Amino acid sequence: MADIAIATGFIVILIGLYGALTNRNILRMIVAFAVANTGVNLVLVGIGHMAGRTAPILDSAVPAANAAKRIIDPVPQALVLTAIVIGVGVTALMLAYAYRLYETKRTLDISKHTELKW
Amino acid sequence: MIRRFTVLVLLAGLGVVFFSLWNGYTPDSELNYTASYYANQTAKDVGAANIVTAIIVTYRGLDTLGEVTVLFLTAAIVGLVLHRDKRSEEETLRALSPSGELLMTGTRLLVPLILLLGIYVFVNGHLTPGGGFQGGAILASGVLMLLLSDPLRLMSSRLIAIVESTSGLIFVGLGILGVVLAGGFLDNRILPTGTLGAMFSAGAIPIIYSVVGLKVGAEFSSMLVNLSKTENL
Repeated sequence: MADIAIATGFIVILIGLYGALTNRNILRMIVAFAVANTGVNLVLVGIGHMAGRTAPILDSAVPAANAAKRIIDPVPQALVLTAIVIGVGVTALMLAYAYRLYETKRTLDISKHTELKW
Repeated sequence: MIRRFTVLVLLAGLGVVFFSLWNGYTPDSELNYTASYYANQTAKDVGAANIVTAIIVTYRGLDTLGEVTVLFLTAAIVGLVLHRDKRSEEETLRALSPSGELLMTGTRLLVPLILLLGIYVFVNGHLTPGGGFQGGAILASGVLMLLLSDPLRLMSSRLIAIVESTSGLIFVGLGILGVVLAGGFLDNRILPTGTLGAMFSAGAIPIIYSVVGLKVGAEFSSMLVNLSKTENL
């Protein structure tokens, strides 16, 4: 199971990077980066998975006494929670800058924005 | 053509790296040292049923404070980048056509329920999957619906700013109370930890996570308000 999730995550990262490198439209590039971000999260969560174990929440099914034998690794989940929130922030910033770029040149085509090109 | 070929070569190289990582990966059969510490000590030390919440709010509470600060910075920069003067803002919004009956009625019906769900998710963060960040995002989706149905309302950014700054202050204040009354910054044992799995348990975690939820909700909302003000183009 974890193998499939990790392989899917890697493929999603590659799809996202391909989209970000080949598209000329800034909005499409932002969407592609969001896709690559999702792939990274998928890989991280997949690494935390362990066969035959359950979510790291203690209740009647997972008593605290033998929790270490019953739950999967909670650390990657906490990391991914952080990564998702930061990903939202990064996407919002990219959208704001895309809007500014559109205002200056009235186009979202990246090849028309040549100021930083050398 | 050459560009696309270069891109494909680069990605193929990265794909080989990923494949070797994937091929050499064997899942652990036992929890590693850190994870088994969290698994064994959470019930005794923190009293939260959800171990992920215990890690985020208590064990790595300082990192969460940093994360919320990053989010605050993002909201502030989005506001700064998209800032326009007030008059042109009102003019563009006045030109919008009114939203339809379906959207208006749906908003009136759904927004209170969405807000209630968001509050439920962050108040129960120490017991169930969920917590401040998820609950805050749900709150912000309620705000998004309000913005869609009635852009003229101009969601008062002052209310958002007040919610955001008071909840941030309470978060840091609770952290300092932890230094004074318990073992260290953001220690949750300033309140009794109670019985595992009860609503009022896990010390200060429900309060801290509710405050985080309000703060995240306010930050996401201010980003949405700022982005929605760009509708004229």
